[in-house]
Amino acid sequence: MWEQIAANRRKSILLVMSAALLLGALGWALGVNFMGRNGGVPGVMLALVVWLVMTLTAWYQGDNIMLSVAGAHRVQKEDLPQLFNVVEEMTLAAGLPKMPAVYVIDDPAPNAFATGRRAENAAIAVTSGLLKTLDRDELQGVVAHEMAHIRNRDIQLMLFAGVLAGAIVILAEGGLRGMWLGGGRSRSRRDGGSDGSGIVAILAVVLMILAPILAQLIYFAVSRKREYLADASGASFTRYPEGLASALEKISRAPQRLGGATSATAPMYIINPLKRAGEMAANATSTHPPIDERVRILRSMAGGGLADYERSYREVTKGGGVIPKSALQGEPAVAAAAAQAGQPAPQVAPAPVAAGPAPSARESARQVDDFFYRKDGYRKVDCACGTTLRIPPDFATPAAKCPRCGTLHDLR
Amino acid sequence: MAALFLLPLVLAVVAVMWGVGIYNGLVAARNRVKEAWAQVDVQLKRRFDLIPNLIETVKGYMQHERGTLEAVTQARAAVAGAGTQAQRVEAEAGLTSALGRLFAVSEAYPDLKASTNFASLQEELASTENKIGFARQFYNETVMNMNNRVQMFPGNIIAGMFHFAPETFFEVKDEVQREAPKVSFN
Repeated sequence: MWEQIAANRRKSILLVMSAALLLGALGWALGVNFMGRNGGVPGVMLALVVWLVMTLTAWYQGDNIMLSVAGAHRVQKEDLPQLFNVVEEMTLAAGLPKMPAVYVIDDPAPNAFATGRRAENAAIAVTSGLLKTLDRDELQGVVAHEMAHIRNRDIQLMLFAGVLAGAIVILAEGGLRGMWLGGGRSRSRRDGGSDGSGIVAILAVVLMILAPILAQLIYFAVSRKREYLADASGASFTRYPEGLASALEKISRAPQRLGGATSATAPMYIINPLKRAGEMAANATSTHPPIDERVRILRSMAGGGLADYERSYREVTKGGGVIPKSALQGEPAVAAAAAQAGQPAPQVAPAPVAAGPAPSARESARQVDDFFYRKDGYRKVDCACGTTLRIPPDFATPAAKCPRCGTLHDLR
Repeated sequence: MAALFLLPLVLAVVAVMWGVGIYNGLVAARNRVKEAWAQVDVQLKRRFDLIPNLIETVKGYMQHERGTLEAVTQARAAVAGAGTQAQRVEAEAGLTSALGRLFAVSEAYPDLKASTNFASLQEELASTENKIGFARQFYNETVMNMNNRVQMFPGNIIAGMFHFAPETFFEVKDEVQREAPKVSFN
């Protein structure tokens, strides 16, 4: 498990480093193009400065920016006890040192994401639509998937990968704009020089056009791979892959589109928020693997372990594995040790306990509504006839009449 | 000449550094096991603390189930009285099944089920059961990791030198308890 974290990291660092090289090349091309033959080094420096500023901002404010762009609100245990319990349970299953902060987004489209610098100050955000659509087992599956992103350090890596891609896009766009406006001047200055400068200029333009596309592709590639891994670890936390599978199905079938998600934040969500339901998403430009495939892999798992996911992945995709070998070492031994103890691995699934006493879907939907009404300053008045009256904060009349039974409620 | 003297020295340094690495890995693994057990313990303690509250809530509604209630109280007392880790694990398993029976018979009491106090206690206890399960799952994982390091070559050499012993899994022995009580609360 700890080996898995390390192996994940090495592979992804390679991808991020190639993006860094791209950034450097772009900086060099920009420098040479605008400042002449000796401009390469200052160009690279400029690119590095842009990247550094963006990285520092992301490192210290990235999670806050992400949460506020998405319109997330922090909740406590009293607000949504079930969600809170589920997050607490998954924290234990993942063995994280500290429970992530819990946020809710008031949006009917079911979705979720995790963010944060490191496991100690991470946050998990879910939409109110998610809470209203899913039952407890499915919610647990989604939270497990997000917890896996935190435990596997994906949130950190995605932050860096996203910033790198962003820096490349900004530099390339600025460069292209500069070419349109003032590019002529720099070219005319070098007109009398060698023929090489013309080639450099063409190369620079090509790089400026290609770099942002490549950067996005790398970013998406990192993101796609991570989704499978998070599914695998998520399933190993709950030992109940069906929960996540049916949650993914429900989320992908939902007709609503999520507001407050951009192409920069899209890879962070459990399901791509920018794709319409039913749309195929199986090409290089997609941030997420196809949902059908994720569901099929989860459904054909024989048990709840990482090795089961790996086997199922190979069967469904007919391709190579997704989980690093070092992480699988000793995995069958877990099953063996458990079986020896008279305790098959899937038995650890607390699903039978969880399924029962949880508040019904209607109850948790009511809790979500209560939270957002309370946040907006609404007052709740329970009428004796069973109706709940919501009094807006700017309601001036001192009394309100129940629309069902006509009882007058004193509001002072 | 000098190289001839240096070679064994270099080899010795490499061997020592390699040993230090394994030793540190063993210590880290053992600390993870301790930390994981602490998490299990917190949840077990929480369940222990929730039970008097539960008995108090349920008592008024379930006069005809004195036996079930007493079983829970006794199981809780057994947990408090357990001395060794093995006894404790067994007592906790007994408490889990006693609670399972209590929730099963509560089905027959609609007044009790309608009580909001009982409903919230039930979510709390069910979630605590889940947390015990998940914490145990993680604990067993850390024990697995520790035992692999202690027993596999070459870690076993260093482990033997510094007396690292394999840890015990938190197993569920009770046959009845392993079949989690099938209860529907609809």
